Amino acid sequence: MENLLNDLLTSSDLLFVGVRGIILIGIVMTIAGYAVLLERKASAWIQGRLGPNRTTLPFVSWIPLIGPFLRLGGFIQPAADGGKFLFKEEPMPSHVRKIYYVLAPIVALAPALATIAMLPFALLPDGTALALCKGADVGVLLMFAVSSLGVYGIALAGWSSNNKFSFLGAVRGSAQLISYELAMGLAVLPVFLIASPPGSDHGLNLTAIVASQEGLWNIVRQPLAGLVFLVCIFAETNRHPFDMPESETDLVGGFHTEYGAFKFGLFFVAEYGHMIIGSSLFILMFLGGWHILPGIPEIGTGIVATLIGLGTFFTKLVLFLFFFVWVRWTIPRFRYDQVMRLGWNVLLPLAVANLVLTFIYYAFAG
Amino acid sequence: MAVKVLERRPLSFWERTYLPQVLGGLRVTWRNILRPSVTLQYPEQRPTIPKGYRGVPTLVRDPNGREKCVSCQLCEFICPPKAIRITPGEIPATAETAHVEKAPKEFEINMLRCIYCGLCQEVCPEEAIWLQNQYSMTGTTRAEMVNNKARLYELGGTLPDSHFKWDHKKAESERQAGGHH
Repeated sequence: MENLLNDLLTSSDLLFVGVRGIILIGIVMTIAGYAVLLERKASAWIQGRLGPNRTTLPFVSWIPLIGPFLRLGGFIQPAADGGKFLFKEEPMPSHVRKIYYVLAPIVALAPALATIAMLPFALLPDGTALALCKGADVGVLLMFAVSSLGVYGIALAGWSSNNKFSFLGAVRGSAQLISYELAMGLAVLPVFLIASPPGSDHGLNLTAIVASQEGLWNIVRQPLAGLVFLVCIFAETNRHPFDMPESETDLVGGFHTEYGAFKFGLFFVAEYGHMIIGSSLFILMFLGGWHILPGIPEIGTGIVATLIGLGTFFTKLVLFLFFFVWVRWTIPRFRYDQVMRLGWNVLLPLAVANLVLTFIYYAFAG
Repeated sequence: MAVKVLERRPLSFWERTYLPQVLGGLRVTWRNILRPSVTLQYPEQRPTIPKGYRGVPTLVRDPNGREKCVSCQLCEFICPPKAIRITPGEIPATAETAHVEKAPKEFEINMLRCIYCGLCQEVCPEEAIWLQNQYSMTGTTRAEMVNNKARLYELGGTLPDSHFKWDHKKAESERQAGGHH
């Protein structure tokens, strides 16, 4: 049993890699579904409501104690939501460009799922990372590159919908992505500078970054970089207060105005996929990844340590997803010009200044 | 008119970063999470209906169980969305309530038209039509949403009333009838 688990986690056999990939997609889709539940519940709590607490299944509601708990916690709601999306009628508006209209949700979701393959979740007993594509030294670069492709889905959806609201949303989304991508990339450079100083051979390896944070988290070492990166991932994932492409109140539904049923569901999952990626990146680069807290030594050995690390990472991920929702109900949406000004006039200079200061520090002190 | 110019304190650097406000906002929303929810679990918990609530219009009986409506049709005429339709009918001379002269043969309120304005209640000289507590009116067909006379009386029931108008009228008609003979 332990052997099989070990093989499943570490073997580079194509079969095991494939199984890992399918399991990973399953896990990510599940997390995305439950992130929606978290969003709905947390939103409800902030607004003084209860949130979803009705959905249940007959055989589940018969279990004493656990049944009512699952019902009141809304734990079956994601399945109901997904099922509803799946079985709804899917009308195709007559004025859309059909091929691109159908293609857009796929183009939006695929990069989100592809990026997750590069994410390391925990450290395996043999010292490598638990990830689908492990040890890629270009890891972060590839992640930034691929996850940015998600905006093609938005642009394609806005354009093919042949609708002014959709089009405006798509244009805003593209502009926003370009504006914040720069600051985001520049903000993380100091982190890599710390993790792999000149002469080391780590490159852009995320595992090395997490290892470098065992004593002290990067959010303490590089608070400014952390702040810039945090704002940028909110902008990159199109979450409040940067939900320009969607802008429910002024653009109806933004880029997905013309979408319904499962096509809309795919956009939805893609958004949460991007949230998971953004949160994971922030946790890995600034919040110590799978280390519990700075200064606390690793608990357990071998596969146990891996599982504890996985649990730690997952806990941090859930807390961070909650933070996304918390911010959503705290800060109102920025105006479009404010978004642009914040990106170009504030975050980009800040990131550059931070980078230069770190350079100077390492040149003279390091 | 004197204009008082308020001196606004310039924002400090820390305030201009927008971060203190964000943190303050996060504190506000966090406190809201800890507060108990105000949700009413509707089908199980029902809201308390305030006095004078304008719910579904109904027909009521007086404390003696007699119908109050005399089918004067004032409510039918005033009803802005024309939701009320009354078919007036005579009361047979042999009936106990013959002195009332008229009663509705059929009284229909179309709840698909009704706007719950309460003008029918206001205009009724007999205090026979009342908008009461019922706030939920559902049906699966159009016909189901039209309340007929029987249904209106079932919904309305009996309301306390100190006039006993029909008792007085009956006594009066009996006195007049006795005086002539």
